[in-house]
Amino acid sequence: MKNEILPSKVTIRHLGKVYDGSTTGVAALQDINLSVEHNEFITLVGASGCGKSTLLRILAGLEYATSGEAYCDGKRIDGPGAERAMVFQHYSLYPWLSVLGNIKFSRGLKANRGDITSSDVEAASGRADALLNLIGLDKVADSFPNQLSGGMQQRVAIARALLGRPSMLLMDEPFGALDAQSREVMHDMILHIHRIEKTTIVFVTHDVEEAIYLGQRVVLMEPRPGRIHSIYPVPLPRSRDQDMKHTAPFRELKAEILARIRESSGMATDLELLDKLCAQSSAM
Amino acid sequence: MSAPPASPRRPSLWVIAGPLSRRHYWMFAAIGLLVPFILWAALSASAWVDPVFLPGPARVFARLATWLIEDDLMTDAGISIYRVMVGFLLSAVLALPLGLLIGAFRPVEALLEPLTDFIRYMPAVAFIPLVMLWFGIEESAKISIIFIGTFFQMVLMVAENVRLVPRAQIEAAQTMGASREEIIRLVLLQSAKPAILDTLRITMGWAWTYLVVAELVAANSGLGYSILKAQRFLKTDVIFGGIILIGVIGLLMDQAFRWLHRKAFPYLHGRG
Repeated sequence: MKNEILPSKVTIRHLGKVYDGSTTGVAALQDINLSVEHNEFITLVGASGCGKSTLLRILAGLEYATSGEAYCDGKRIDGPGAERAMVFQHYSLYPWLSVLGNIKFSRGLKANRGDITSSDVEAASGRADALLNLIGLDKVADSFPNQLSGGMQQRVAIARALLGRPSMLLMDEPFGALDAQSREVMHDMILHIHRIEKTTIVFVTHDVEEAIYLGQRVVLMEPRPGRIHSIYPVPLPRSRDQDMKHTAPFRELKAEILARIRESSGMATDLELLDKLCAQSSAM
Repeated sequence: MSAPPASPRRPSLWVIAGPLSRRHYWMFAAIGLLVPFILWAALSASAWVDPVFLPGPARVFARLATWLIEDDLMTDAGISIYRVMVGFLLSAVLALPLGLLIGAFRPVEALLEPLTDFIRYMPAVAFIPLVMLWFGIEESAKISIIFIGTFFQMVLMVAENVRLVPRAQIEAAQTMGASREEIIRLVLLQSAKPAILDTLRITMGWAWTYLVVAELVAANSGLGYSILKAQRFLKTDVIFGGIILIGVIGLLMDQAFRWLHRKAFPYLHGRG
């Protein structure tokens, strides 16, 4: 296994996860096989409980698989690493640090310090300033996170993750708590970042439209046990704009994925129950 | 003809969880403080109660003045404050690292938390006879009582403060390559600091309570001892004065902690 060539950025083989205290015995993840290419933007979507966040957290090294393995650049993932940066849904910024202080946080860590010369420090400051510009928050560099809107906070979290030039960006429903307008702005921003930073992005969401608009491929997962149902290549050009959401290929793919999620998430049985309840109340 | 539109009515002061202007806040605060004071003055001036048992405010404050000028009020207050400070600081110096470790590492939590929980339910006051056997009525006796009364609570509260640090803050540091030591120093400690300062403020209040308890039974100086001595000679004005003084010093310390909180953590207090 060691000498085998793994050409993909990420290779996941027969990966499984059963939680320690699981009473149902149902695997959180079962036999996951997936490759992510260099510089790909791949999105994971599925009903809650399908294990998409767990899979992402295993790639980040924050959780461990109980079977199978995952490789990043040919190296087995067995813990967090600075080359795999993560953006969380919320509460991950440090409220006691300014916006700039948050972005530069990783610079102060031993792991990233190495042999620092003054020109390195200059380059790092330049990088932080460039990222501030990139996310459009250079005017609030000295503000504290709680003075910013939710969308601005997530931009800071993205810039912070990008500071050390990670080769991979793992995003766990990063825009899930934002309003629809902010989300659209964030979508175009993250696509722009992907283009110029050349990072590989794995993006978890429960929003099918978001998954299609951002992803080059959409991985649809299903719950009980958590597994991959199918992988859809998105039939759109790499460079996206909001109008594409109204094109036929986009709408068709969205309808197909949504139908599949509805089918697998147990909505059908809920409807039966609802019918029964309605019948009962009208009989009374 | 319709009437001219009425100007918007001011919202009632009695809306549940409603807003209250600063002016109104101080108005109600003043009423809350003045009314009991006036009742006290009126009751003591009336013929219903013997002034020996309920001295009026004037007599109490006159007594505090003579205590300050002729007797050594400052020495009494000073020795009491000294005991609180030493007992409290000793507690804090040991409880902070221990609480941090319990909050950070689950094995340490399992090792120490049940034990601490058990000891904290033993009333500190019940240790007084034992402490007196060990230390007599020396300073160490008073300081031990304050320590026993505050330390175990403080450990558990600091541990809880650390546990409440959002998981995403810790995991973000992990994915950025932070070591364990760095996560404790740069994330857990920084994130929990404001809550820990509040824990210190609250336990300071308890330290003050245990001080008086210790001085009532095992001392020959201090504010608590003065109150006990006054009881023997039926000097109720001294008792009143002593109690008020202890309350005022406690209030000042509490306010000092709140001021420090605002100064140290500007990001938590308002915008900018």
